[in-house]
Amino acid sequence: MSISYTILVTIIALLILFLCLSWVFVSIKVANKEQKEETAERRYFLYTASYALGAVAVGAAAWPLIDQMNPDASVKALATTEVDISSIGLGKTITVLWRGKPIFIRRRTQEEISEAQNVNLNELKDPQKDEDRVKKSEWLVMTGVCTHLGCVPLGNKGDFGGWFCPCHGSHYDTSGRIRKGPAPTNLEIPKYEFVDNNTIKIG
Amino acid sequence: MIQKQLITGDNFVLKKLKIIIKILFIYPIIIVSANNSMAAEGLDLLKNKWSFEGLFGTFDRASLRRGYQVYNEVCSGCHSMKLLSYRNLSEKGGPEFSREDSKNIAASFEVIDGPNSEGEMFTRPGRLSDKFVKPYPNVQAAEAANGGAYPPDMSVLIKARKDGANYIYSILLGYEDPPEGFELDEGVYYNKYMPGHNIKMPNVLFDGLLDYADGTEATTQQMAKDITTFLTWASEPSLEARHKIGFKVILYLIILAFVVHLSLKKLWSRIESK
Amino acid sequence: MSEEKYIPKSKLGQWFDSRLPLLSLAHHLRDYPTPKNLNYWWTFGAILTFCLIAQIITGIVLAMHYVAHADLAFESVEHIMRDVNYGWLIRYFHANGSSMFFLAVYVHIFRGLYYGSYKSPREMIWIIGMLIYILMMATAFMGYVLPWGQMSFWAATVITSLFSAIPIVGDSIVGWLWGGYAVGSPTLTRFYSLHYLLPFLIFALVVLHIWALHIPGNTNPVGIDIKQPSKDTVPFSPYVAVKDLYALIIFLIITAGFVFFAPNILSHPDNYIKANQMVTPTHIVPEWYLLPFYAILRAVPDKLGGVVVMFASLFILMFLPWLDTSKVRSAVFRPLYKIFFWVLVIDVIVLGYMGAKPPEGLYLLIGRAATIYYFAHFILVMPILGFKEKTTPLPISISDPVLDSDTKTTNYR
Repeated sequence: MSISYTILVTIIALLILFLCLSWVFVSIKVANKEQKEETAERRYFLYTASYALGAVAVGAAAWPLIDQMNPDASVKALATTEVDISSIGLGKTITVLWRGKPIFIRRRTQEEISEAQNVNLNELKDPQKDEDRVKKSEWLVMTGVCTHLGCVPLGNKGDFGGWFCPCHGSHYDTSGRIRKGPAPTNLEIPKYEFVDNNTIKIG
Repeated sequence: MIQKQLITGDNFVLKKLKIIIKILFIYPIIIVSANNSMAAEGLDLLKNKWSFEGLFGTFDRASLRRGYQVYNEVCSGCHSMKLLSYRNLSEKGGPEFSREDSKNIAASFEVIDGPNSEGEMFTRPGRLSDKFVKPYPNVQAAEAANGGAYPPDMSVLIKARKDGANYIYSILLGYEDPPEGFELDEGVYYNKYMPGHNIKMPNVLFDGLLDYADGTEATTQQMAKDITTFLTWASEPSLEARHKIGFKVILYLIILAFVVHLSLKKLWSRIESK
Repeated sequence: MSEEKYIPKSKLGQWFDSRLPLLSLAHHLRDYPTPKNLNYWWTFGAILTFCLIAQIITGIVLAMHYVAHADLAFESVEHIMRDVNYGWLIRYFHANGSSMFFLAVYVHIFRGLYYGSYKSPREMIWIIGMLIYILMMATAFMGYVLPWGQMSFWAATVITSLFSAIPIVGDSIVGWLWGGYAVGSPTLTRFYSLHYLLPFLIFALVVLHIWALHIPGNTNPVGIDIKQPSKDTVPFSPYVAVKDLYALIIFLIITAGFVFFAPNILSHPDNYIKANQMVTPTHIVPEWYLLPFYAILRAVPDKLGGVVVMFASLFILMFLPWLDTSKVRSAVFRPLYKIFFWVLVIDVIVLGYMGAKPPEGLYLLIGRAATIYYFAHFILVMPILGFKEKTTPLPISISDPVLDSDTKTTNYR
C-alpha cells in the first residue's frame, strides 16, 4: 500500500518535473526564435503566473501563523464538568466554572417559576418560553455571562427578581431573560444533562 | 575569465546554483557526521526497516495499537508518559482508536482530581483530556522503587537518543549473559547495546508475554518492534502531517521557482540584448 | 551614485513627501542603481533580510505559547509541538530557521571576504555587519537555552561561566548573569526577555547596514567602481529584486527539506531530555554555527586566555578593512589571495569539525594549528599580501571588459 503510494507520488512528481522542464526548454527555444517580436502576451502571462503562485504561497504560509491562535487541541478537549446539586437549597444558586466561564445553577422557588412562566412573551426583547430554557422547571442552568459585553451579572438583583449586570445595567428575570438594559439577548443556556437526580453534567 | 564574470548572471544560473547548493549542504553535514562518529561506542545498533522512515513514511496503524498494548501492559508499571493524553490515542496520525475506545481506555484508569468543595483530593475515572496516569507520583518515588535509577519518561524518548528508534529496539533485544570476566554490579543487567553494557532495567520482553488484541503472535521481536513504533509516534505525533505537508510545500516551491526563473530570464533578456 | 531628485507627481504626494520623504525613499529603493554583473552570491543579503523577518514572526508566534519558567519551559515547548495548531511547523521552522540564517550569514561574510566588500569606502557596512553577526550569535545562544533541555541548560552554564575567567570581578559577574547560585529560572526568564529584544536591535542595525550600503552602492564581482551608471547598472526593481526572489525560493526549498524531512538533524538528541542540574551530558557541543569559536576557545590551554582569544577571533574581523592593504578589491584579480581565501574557508570548516570533537589528542593539535592559521591569515597574510602580490589587470568598466594594456591596476580609482 505505502510502497505503491510512494511510487505513484514519485511518478506524478516526475511528470510534473518533466512538464516544467519541457516548458523551460520550449520557452527558451521559442524565446531564441522570436527574440525580436516577442509577444507581450506571453510575458504578461509569465509575470501574472508568478504573482498568482507567489500570492498563494504567501497565503498558505500565513495560515499556520493565524491558525496557531485558535483554541488548541488540549483546550478543545477540555472535559465536561459534573456537578453535585444535592446540597443546593431551595432559592439558592451555586456558580461553577466550565471552560473558563461561570455557570449559574439555581434551584428556583415556586414563585420564581410561575413568575417566569406567566410572562407575556410580547413584553420580551428576546422572546423565549421558560419551558424552552430549562430541562426541569426547578433547575435553571445558564452561562453567567452578560450578553452585552461579557460581565458576570449579580444574582437576586434588578427590577425583575432575577439578575442584574452592574457593568451597564442589564436586568434579567427569573428565567435569565433580558428585560431591560442594553443586552441584546437572554443569558445563554449551555449544553447540559441530568445524569441522575443529584448530578448535572455540563458540556 | 573576465568575460565570464561580466556576463550578467542568468546564463550561469544552474551552474552557480549547483555550487551554492553544494556549499549550503557541506558544512552542516560535516558537523553532523562529526557528531555521529561520537556515538561509535559499543556495537552497531540493530537496524529495522521502519514504516515511518523515509520521505513518505507513515506509521503502521496496527503496530501502533499493539505498541500501546505493550506499553500499557508491560512498560507503564515503571515508565511514565506524562506528555501524552488519552485523547491523543484517537487523534489523526496516531493509533487512531475510535473515540469510544479511547474513552473506555481513559475510563479504565483512576485519576486523582480535586480538591473538591471539602478540600479533599479524590479519584475518578479518567477522561479523554487527562494525561497518561503516571506509575509514580514523583521522580524520587520512582527512584526509590527502582533501586535508585529513575525509569525515564518515555514521551520523547525516541528523539532524546541518537538514532532513537533503532536504539530502543536494540536495547530491548540486547539482553544476554555477560561475557566471561565481565564484572556486573548487583541489581544491574548486561545489555549488548547499552553504552557501558550496564543497564538497571531487567529484560522484560518474553515470547508470549501478552495476548495481542488483534491475534498477532507476541514474539519478543514483534513486541519490541511494536513498542518502538508506538514510542516513535509518541515522540513525534506530527510525523505523518509533516511528511505530507512537506511534500506539497517542496513541490509547490519547485514549480514557483520555475515560473520565477522564466520571468527572470524574460526580464534580463532586455538587459543582455542591449 | 548620482540620482535624480525624485518629485512626486501629485500635489498630495508633494505635500506628504516634503514633510516625510517616504515616497522618495520608496522611489530610491525601487530605482536604486545596482551593478548589473552581480552574481548569485549577492542574493544572500535579501535572503538574510527574509530570514530575520521570518525568525521574528515565528518567534513572536512561539512566544504566545511558550512559558519562561524552569518548571514549565520544557513542557510548554512540547505543548507547542503537540497541541498548538501547526505548532510543530512553526517551532521546527524557527529552530531550523536559525541554522539556515547562520548558513546564509556565513555565505554572506565569505562573499564579502572574497570580493573585498569591506574595503574603502564600505568599511561602515562591514563593521555594522560584524555587530549584527555578534548579536546574532548572542540571540541564537539564548534562544537555544529556552527549550530547557539538557543541552540548553549546560550550554547556558558553560557559556555564562566563560565570564568567570575575568580576574577579580568574574565570579560576581557570573552570579549577576545567573540571578542565583546556578543557572535556573531567573536566568531562563532574563534570557527569554533578551532573546525577544535582541532581534529588534538586529533589525535596527540591518536598517543601518542597508543605509550604509546605499551611500556608496554595491560593489560587484570585478570590484571596480561604476563608471557610467546608465551602462553599468540596472534599477533594483524589478531586475535585482526578482533575482533575489528566485534565489530566496531555492533557499526556501532547502530550508523546507530540513524542516519537513530532517527537523532534528542539526540539533542534539540530549535537548529532548529535560534539564537536570545533577547530570551533565557526556559530550556537550554548541550548535554547529558556533563550533569554530568553540574550537578556538578550547585550543588555548588557559581559562582566561581561551576566552580572550575566542573574543579576539571575532573582534579581529572588525579591523579587516585596515588589515587588508591591497588596493584591488576582488579576489578575481588577486591570484594569491584567492588561494589564501580558500585556505581560510577550509580552516574555518576544520575548526568547526574540531569543535564537535572531544578536545584531546590529535583533535586538539589540529584545532590549535587551525586557530593559529586563523589569526595568521588576518594579522600576517592579509597585510603582507597587499604589498607583495602581483595582481592581474583590471578591466576598464563593468560593461566594457576590454583591457587597456597600459593602465593595468593603476586605473583603479
